Amino acid sequence: MVDLKVKLHDIEFKNPVTLASGTCGFARETAEFFEPGLLGGYFLKGTTLKNRDGNNYPRMAETPSGMLNAVGLQNKGIDYFIENIYPDIVDYDTQLIINVNGSTVEDYIALTEKVNELDKINAIELNISCPNVKEGGMAFGVSCPGAEMVTREVRKVYDKTMIVKLSPNVTDITEIAKAVEGQGADAVSLVNTFLGMAIDAEKRTPLLSTITGGLSGPAIKPIALRMVWQVANAVKIPVVGIGGIMNAADAIEFMLAGASVVQVGTAIFKDPMIPVKIVEGIEDYLKRHNMQSVNELIGGLQV
Amino acid sequence: MPKKFVKEFNVIENSALNATNFLIKVQSDTELPEIKPGQFVNIEIKEAEEIFLRRPFSVFEVDYENDVISMIVKILGRGSRKLTEIKAGSKLSMVYPLGKTFTYPSADDKILLIGGGSGVAPMLFLAKESGLPVENVDILLGARSKEDHINVDDYKKYASLHYASEDGSLGEKGFVTQHSVFTDNLNSYTKIYACGPDGMMRAIAKEAKAANVFCEVSLENLMACGFGVCLCCIEPTNKGNQCVCTDGPVFNINDLKW
Repeated sequence: MVDLKVKLHDIEFKNPVTLASGTCGFARETAEFFEPGLLGGYFLKGTTLKNRDGNNYPRMAETPSGMLNAVGLQNKGIDYFIENIYPDIVDYDTQLIINVNGSTVEDYIALTEKVNELDKINAIELNISCPNVKEGGMAFGVSCPGAEMVTREVRKVYDKTMIVKLSPNVTDITEIAKAVEGQGADAVSLVNTFLGMAIDAEKRTPLLSTITGGLSGPAIKPIALRMVWQVANAVKIPVVGIGGIMNAADAIEFMLAGASVVQVGTAIFKDPMIPVKIVEGIEDYLKRHNMQSVNELIGGLQV
Repeated sequence: MPKKFVKEFNVIENSALNATNFLIKVQSDTELPEIKPGQFVNIEIKEAEEIFLRRPFSVFEVDYENDVISMIVKILGRGSRKLTEIKAGSKLSMVYPLGKTFTYPSADDKILLIGGGSGVAPMLFLAKESGLPVENVDILLGARSKEDHINVDDYKKYASLHYASEDGSLGEKGFVTQHSVFTDNLNSYTKIYACGPDGMMRAIAKEAKAANVFCEVSLENLMACGFGVCLCCIEPTNKGNQCVCTDGPVFNINDLKW
């Protein structure tokens, strides 16, 4: 028997495989394919204080080994979530983490105070890195003062595990990671999508309504892996690894680079069963390498 | 119990229906769940590095006895072109069944089904499933020319078949909305269903609205996941932006902002 349990600050995941915000809805959608309790956790769809319609169609463009999206945080708002979605998922035997997004610091605080009332939610992910909204979002995440301010103010009203999701669209991601660590973040998750663009040469038009969007998928994996490794070496708080994970080997690479937990994202669009296969693959790997616990992988890169 | 599945099917047939449309039949080694007209499958395109996402296709026919699903694949781009090269005997991974079906007609309905391009697939499927006598079902198919039409003579037992072609080489000349079935007595129908190019469906919706006839259309917006998590295939509706993959692909025209 190998032990797949990992801890992130003071919450425990039954295994290190979770789904990334914006790729798993509110966990009900993947439950139509597999039992929610098979995964360590779900980072739920980015939620804002009020309803957001998101950006105009088209919001998606396929690119080599990945895709661009410009969804723009479409969601019905935190109150709708609490009244209509939370009751459906509250009994799922897994960690449910709310991803919150604001245009202002006050938005983040108001959202956090509402999340505080939800007993099932043991952690919050502060999204300061969405590239597809005009105000807030990535604006906070691309400067140390912005990232520090949101982290510090939310910390004042939130006692449970606070994870800050970082943007890769910065000169040095370790500086932002250290800045949020300094303001009381319990963990950092990285990376959000890379700002990218696609053009239809024949029509001479952009493929996205917003012109630019966020790049995800295996195309970004090597860069994401490098950033996770750099951040894991720069901070003492645990790291959640995200970026183009398609299989168990990818997930293990992120853990070796220093991630305690991984988020699978775009891969699920290609095959909704991939996360379950990754859990099985990690278990097989540990057996093959005579390891007792998945914790032996974390930061286990031999250089 | 799962309601949706990721499954490897065996390809048992891939045949050209005309220059751009192919009939692909796949067989499951397990019992098929119930699949309704309008529902679709999301197919993985293998051995094509540049194609990352699956491609959605409407289900055309379901043979529960032999666990066979058929799709009509029209070549539209890189993904569909690659798919039409698949050989019988190979494997095909599908995520299915996805999306919602049409509002089924009741016994006293007289229905008009309009298909353009590969949009004929769900229309023929619905004609077969409707359970209505043949005199209550009209199918109107539109294409550029005779060569672009698919032979659907087998469906004469379910419906009266009518054709429109832009060059007049098959049936009446012009678009489906210029066909006499459509122009002369649209009010004689109690339900209209359409699937095809966006422009065709919008033109149909406009006339159906004016005639105050119930009308549902099946949309084909670009999608990534097919099961309601990526929020990329949205269509603006009176209920806000909805996912074509899970709230549709079938929509009542009165719910759309057309």
